[in-house]
Amino acid sequence: MSEIFGIPIPALLGQLLLGLVNGSFYAMLSLGLAVIFGLLGIVNFAHGALYMIGAYVAWYSLEKFGLNYWLALLLSPLVVGLLGVLIERLFLKRLYKLDPLYGLLLTFGLALIAEGLFRDQFGVSGQQYPVPELLQGATNLGFMVLPNYRAWVVLSCLSICLGTWFLIEKTRLGATLRASTENPTLVQAFGINVPLMVTLTYAGGAGLAAIAGVLAAPVIQITPLMGSNLIIVVFAVVVIGGMGSILGSILTGVLLGLLEGLTKVFYPEASSIVVFVIMVIVLMVRPAGLFGKEK
Amino acid sequence: MTPAHSSPLASSLLGPRLWLLGLVLLLVAPFVGVYPVFLMNALCFAMFACAFNLLLGFTGLLSFGHAAFMGSAAYISGWLVRSAQWPPELGVLGGTLAAALLGVLVGVVAIRRQGIYFAMVTLAMAQMIYFICLQAPFTGGEDGLQGVPRGTLLGLLPLDNDRVLYFVVLAIFVAVFLGVVRIVHSPYGQVLKAIRENEPRAISLGYEVDRYKLLAFVLSTTLAGLAGAVKTVVLGFATLSDVHWSLSGEVVLMTLLGGMGTFAGPVVGAFTIVGLQNFLADRVGSWVTVIIGAIFVFCVIAFRKGIVGELLAWQIRRRAR
Repeated sequence: MSEIFGIPIPALLGQLLLGLVNGSFYAMLSLGLAVIFGLLGIVNFAHGALYMIGAYVAWYSLEKFGLNYWLALLLSPLVVGLLGVLIERLFLKRLYKLDPLYGLLLTFGLALIAEGLFRDQFGVSGQQYPVPELLQGATNLGFMVLPNYRAWVVLSCLSICLGTWFLIEKTRLGATLRASTENPTLVQAFGINVPLMVTLTYAGGAGLAAIAGVLAAPVIQITPLMGSNLIIVVFAVVVIGGMGSILGSILTGVLLGLLEGLTKVFYPEASSIVVFVIMVIVLMVRPAGLFGKEK
Repeated sequence: MTPAHSSPLASSLLGPRLWLLGLVLLLVAPFVGVYPVFLMNALCFAMFACAFNLLLGFTGLLSFGHAAFMGSAAYISGWLVRSAQWPPELGVLGGTLAAALLGVLVGVVAIRRQGIYFAMVTLAMAQMIYFICLQAPFTGGEDGLQGVPRGTLLGLLPLDNDRVLYFVVLAIFVAVFLGVVRIVHSPYGQVLKAIRENEPRAISLGYEVDRYKLLAFVLSTTLAGLAGAVKTVVLGFATLSDVHWSLSGEVVLMTLLGGMGTFAGPVVGAFTIVGLQNFLADRVGSWVTVIIGAIFVFCVIAFRKGIVGELLAWQIRRRAR
């Protein structure tokens, strides 16, 4: 009972755990994309760049000011959220009446700017971020050894995702937000400051990306390109899940991460393309995505 | 996306005169000291942008993965010429056909979604092709496919001579340019325009919109492939940057900056961007990406008609006075 199809169980579980970690990041980023798309009608290509900046804020504040991981977890979303406010106020606000494709192009340009600036400042080689002391080490579960930090990443990502879902689907603020998606003019007539809500939504999405960046910092190489490589996979995740449902995008993200982990065990060469292959299959069978509604 | 202008009047005013001027400039350029390889490279990107504009400007489909077609054709024609020792004309043809085939495969999937999803699907599928190129045995992985010989065209013209090759590339470019003009002005092109302006109405008029879109997509990827194949013959190599998403972004920028939905726009845009990159390459390092990104932002915010689009609009305003 220590092997399945010739693969030792601990190795299988290890890869599944890695997949779950990646899946949690997919879930968090696609959730942010879905929330921003819902209210602003913009597909935020800069989401990957915001995630990258989030990781760099954590790394830089540790290197230069000695701020620890937990403070970075607070500081980074604030800094990136503020950046989000600027982006929305300065640029995105001018695009709401245009074809949504322009939003994609603009945020693509912003992502290029961010990438170039960080490459100029920090070079292309990866930076390391240490695992915080409290979460170092691993727990032996009997059937596998679970690194504490990875468990923390999965748990915190999933709680943040579920928290966001709760905020949007079950609270009064969320109800107003959803109403503004449906009919901004009417909501404005009720005396609610819709433009402010739009700004805060973008800032919130940016903050989520930044938190994902900080959480990812100790388990990956921090490079200026880490965002764009991830965002394309997240786009595929979003196409597979459909952007209509928040729980749907969380679930799709986690599932695809797990599937990617499984592929790494059984057919490693295909692990970088498995998400795209699944996207193709889903598009052929259910063009609107697993949780999307055909318009 | 609504292009800069849609009246046939506008394109007939300034268009052909500008084209002739451009052609004359291109004919004399290698004799007045402009480096032919730079010109050929720029012409290849101009072809690529024209192919892309057929889709974005005249059909209203934003593909965010067009580098995949240019790059795959570059690899395949490079491999055919170098390893299978095919003559250059057959190598280019082979690469182009491969891009057409790939266009069918990607197109069938991508046209199942519209608008913003179409862009995301093409981007994701292009990334899949990128990873395949990264891992496939014949592409040379990170090093790329190097040392593709130019050979002789039809066994007659020695392409090792830069000037001879230049005029061959220029001839191919002119053919592609006029081909795009012909397609757009054909009855088929009018249907594409109808789809761009109002897809539901085109459907209700009885057009099988998906088939028209798929054909436009395949035509566009075929021409993009031709551009990539010719580029391999010119430069003698194909690398991963030919299939990378950043190139897919650059071709969007070339088209947007030059003026999407205009014929000369993509050419102007391609020459501007390739020239700029050439000029900046050894001067500013990573700032090239920043500058390209900034031009992107500027075009989307304040310059959506592009250079040629603004010129046409200016001419129309002047005539109206």
